[in-house]
Amino acid sequence: MAHSKDEVLAGLAALVNDETGVPAESVVFGKSFADDLDIDSISMMTIVVNAEEEFGVKIPDDKVSELVTVDDAVNFIVSAQS
Amino acid sequence: MTQPALRQSVGSPFTRILAVGAARGDLTVTNDDIAGPIDSSDEWIRQRTGVITRKRASDKLSAADLATAAATEAITKAGIKPSEVGALIIATISNTVQTPSMAALVADRIGATPAAAYDISAACAGFCYGIAQGDALVRSGAAKYVVVIGAEKLSELAKPTDRTISFLLGDGAGAVVIGPADEAGISSTIWGSDGGKWDAVGMDRPLRDAFADPEGEYPTLRQDGQTVFRWAVWEMAKVAQQALDAAGITSKDLAAFIPHQANMRIINEFAKQLEVPDSVVIARDIETTGNTSAASVPLAMHRVLDEHPELSGGYALIIGFGAGLVYAAQIVRLP
Repeated sequence: MAHSKDEVLAGLAALVNDETGVPAESVVFGKSFADDLDIDSISMMTIVVNAEEEFGVKIPDDKVSELVTVDDAVNFIVSAQS
Repeated sequence: MTQPALRQSVGSPFTRILAVGAARGDLTVTNDDIAGPIDSSDEWIRQRTGVITRKRASDKLSAADLATAAATEAITKAGIKPSEVGALIIATISNTVQTPSMAALVADRIGATPAAAYDISAACAGFCYGIAQGDALVRSGAAKYVVVIGAEKLSELAKPTDRTISFLLGDGAGAVVIGPADEAGISSTIWGSDGGKWDAVGMDRPLRDAFADPEGEYPTLRQDGQTVFRWAVWEMAKVAQQALDAAGITSKDLAAFIPHQANMRIINEFAKQLEVPDSVVIARDIETTGNTSAASVPLAMHRVLDEHPELSGGYALIIGFGAGLVYAAQIVRLP
């Protein structure tokens, strides 16, 4: 079942919190994973793999570097579901 | 006309690692020592890699010197004569010449002549590839004892300004002696390759480019860290599970988990994905040795046994993975 944009954001925020300890409420649209949330490349890949499982999508290696902001990740996951 | 039947060799039905030896670089290099050229800090390197210090070899010490020291310790501990060694295999990417092999030199130095001697190129999986070969040689009767060495001087392949892999790298050699045993001591090897990710980790340019541009920089190592991390954790967790299944044991039966010491973050996530029980000792030699590619598994095994001698005789899951991409995993009985 496809998740809505808000559901993906909430799920992603939980995954970010689980991996890095960053408060889920900080993971909002407009934030950059690296610059605003201080998430490094290895944690980002762990979040990506967990997001694949959570949302039933594939996020190829070459796409991961394009997921700079929370918006990028949520939009990619929402479109990949459909 | 009848042909006489050929004789084929028959070896021991079972093999095991009889002893392990180790030699690390003679210099201790701190994160502060290398942080400047990558505009980094001790905290940044520790947080991303788990490395606090790494061992590197001074100019007077080569990878072959380290291999010689490690092999000598392993042979002495195994209680065999060097002349009984039937084959000596070195897994390395640090041989300073494309030919002859480092193995022939080391075999001569330790008196293992006229043992068959050759190098193998399987990067960070090289030692476990060597275990597969050593096991097969003893079981086939091609050799009674095989010395398998992982030996690297990666500091010569590191670029001080590289932020992808160079700050992880260390120098060292680990060696084991494989010989006949009364019961199974080396399980079936699960190994393979994924050349589709050939450029994920390796040298930054071919040697011929360096020849064509003598004023340019010598080729050095680089990696796509995210691609390697994903593969090293989630794909290798499947390979490790296959190795356990092939051996007929579970992770609860392990005394130690000794993965390639690539990065502490990989080791920790790998152990989590594999659900390694708390009772299992996890090798974390990278913290003070660095990533020594083919040498990392035997160096880590040596350290585990130094710190936990009571684990001798227990089972260890060893797995190497790296440039190729290539991988190999076995369950071994610790010497």
